[in-house]
Amino acid sequence: MKSKTANLFYFIPYSLWLFLFVVAPVALILYNSFLDINHHFTLANYTTFFKSGTYLMMTLNSLWYALLITLVTLLISYPTAYLLSHLKHKQLWLLLIILPTWINLLLKAYAFIGIFNQTGVANQFLSFIGVGPQQLLFTNFSFIFVATYIQIPFMIMPIFNAMEDLNQSYINASHDLGATNWQTFRRVIWPMTLPGVKAGVQTVFIPSLSLFMLTRLIGGNKVITLGTAIEEHFLITMNWGMGSTIGVVLIVAMVIIMVLTGDAKSRGGFQK
Amino acid sequence: MAQPIVKLNHVSKSYGDSTVLKDINLELEAGKFYTLLGPSGSGKTTILQTISGFTSVDAGDVYFDGQRINELPPNRRKVNTVFQDYALFPNMNVFDNVAFGLTLQNVKKAEITRRVTSALKSVHLNGYGNREISELSGGQKQRVAIARAIIMEPKMLLLDEPLSALDAKLRRDMQYELRELQQRLGITFLFITHDQEEALAMSDEIFVMNDGVILQSGTPVDIYDEPINHFVANFIGESNILNGVMREDYVVEFVGKRFECEDAGMRPNEPVEVVMRPEDLTITTVENGKLVVTIDTQLFRGDYYEIAATDDDGNEWLIHSTNSVPDNSRVGVTFAPNDIHVMRFNESEEDFDARLETYETDD
Ligand SMILES: Nc1ncnc2c1ncn2[C@@H]1O[C@H](COP(=O)(O)OP(=O)(O)OP(=O)(O)O)[C@@H](O)[C@H]1O
Ligand SMILES: [Mg+2]
Repeated sequence: MKSKTANLFYFIPYSLWLFLFVVAPVALILYNSFLDINHHFTLANYTTFFKSGTYLMMTLNSLWYALLITLVTLLISYPTAYLLSHLKHKQLWLLLIILPTWINLLLKAYAFIGIFNQTGVANQFLSFIGVGPQQLLFTNFSFIFVATYIQIPFMIMPIFNAMEDLNQSYINASHDLGATNWQTFRRVIWPMTLPGVKAGVQTVFIPSLSLFMLTRLIGGNKVITLGTAIEEHFLITMNWGMGSTIGVVLIVAMVIIMVLTGDAKSRGGFQK
Repeated sequence: MAQPIVKLNHVSKSYGDSTVLKDINLELEAGKFYTLLGPSGSGKTTILQTISGFTSVDAGDVYFDGQRINELPPNRRKVNTVFQDYALFPNMNVFDNVAFGLTLQNVKKAEITRRVTSALKSVHLNGYGNREISELSGGQKQRVAIARAIIMEPKMLLLDEPLSALDAKLRRDMQYELRELQQRLGITFLFITHDQEEALAMSDEIFVMNDGVILQSGTPVDIYDEPINHFVANFIGESNILNGVMREDYVVEFVGKRFECEDAGMRPNEPVEVVMRPEDLTITTVENGKLVVTIDTQLFRGDYYEIAATDDDGNEWLIHSTNSVPDNSRVGVTFAPNDIHVMRFNESEEDFDARLETYETDD
């Protein structure tokens, strides 16, 4: 009996947190999304959203860039994680990769402005090798480059952990049964590290949907995502209803991604 | 002897400063059941891996079917391994695990299904195809691992302590099954264990290893009855090992007495060690005994009593007897000349075999 009350007691901070910072905000967003600018109940925000080409374009844009960022991040992180898990002092190397995540995002964004601007290090180098200075800042390339840079550690970590759990004897068994390196990768290593990949995709894709600081500072607002639109509605046009509606759409998109990358069992066998 | 299926020729292997295999020479004939027996860290797995290709050798040659295969990668060697931890792929069910090797080749689906079914049948797991690996018991996993290997129809199967994770009863059952499977398929088995009883029960031939060296090879009976040195005698079964002196051919002296024995070919008065197996010692009356001992303790082992005794000179003796003897009683112990086995110090296996030749032929 006593332990039960104690358990309840431990739950209080967590429940408070959950209520104040998760349930209440989501409820508020949902509530606000049904209000027009004069605080009257309306469905107009949703009709606007789904009828307007601009918003739908923005949604597609968000999804497209989040997808690109996730893909590039994955392409870099997977081999890196594989390499890391085979290194001698892997914990040290991992620490070096995690280190940048401790630095504030804005700070990193400003650092890249310094690197990518007309007289920055990147352009100095391009001049040096004879290519000549280029417009780097405020391009789609720089946006994806910086976003990828920021997200890489979050992709590497879960994949690295999955690689660590992958026992060498599975790989030996595969070779023993006649598999080439590529077959071993496709049939054993990839399926067995897929949970790590999924976790990484979740932690990268979902935040990438609403990266608005970077779109502004590095992308120069050429790329307008839903995150940017929310910011505009809340801070500039003061149309909280519309901002909330976009927020709801984002939340729904996130839930869909979570479900899609969820626990579905991955199979490496030939029987489907 | 026909062409050996596997031949290791002066094979050595080191990791840093530690030499793990020291000049290993070994030949395996097709169709036999071989066992590598030795304590932990003696290099058994390393030998297996030089054959499967997961370890490269520093010196020496590895031959398979007459071909030197030192440089051949594991996936192109015609041997398959049953790993110590089974290494069944957890992301596939039993069927897909067993089918794995065939699906890498251009084998038709119907053919795969047929062969998987028959492989599962031969390890008594019909109908388990759709089970997940996590739903299997230890013994079942072990059978799946065997099925996954034998479906490849290898010329040789390497088994790295496949029974070590099983309980005693299941282990015995699997010993019979493995032996029966090997004889039915006619594949050469190279089996690793550090359990001497298992090695004696299953093998056509045993290699006893210690510290990266093969100390002795031979049939279970040879190794049990004529161990080459103290280590082998001690490692294979219980034994009484005493210091003695070889007075002349067929006469050995120990515990202050001379006994007739069946060993010869040594220098007169050469210091030797004498081995006597506990089950070869018979308890009798004090008058009839070649030795007189006092019983210290006894343990009932089910089919015999394990008796610890001390003789008048303070040497300890281990005796197996079907009858119980009262503690602290004085009894006689008797044995026949062929129950005594004499071992020379530092005799190599070659010299040992050569010496045996000299006097066993003129019997
Ligand atoms: N990759 C490696 N690096 C360094 N040393 C190794 C390596 N693999 C094996 N060894 C060493 O080689 C020796 C022999 O190892 P091996 O695995 O062959 O022993 P084993 O007879 O199979 O032992 P066990 O019965 O415990 O499995 C051991 O001392 C081990 O520490
Ligand atoms: Mg081993």
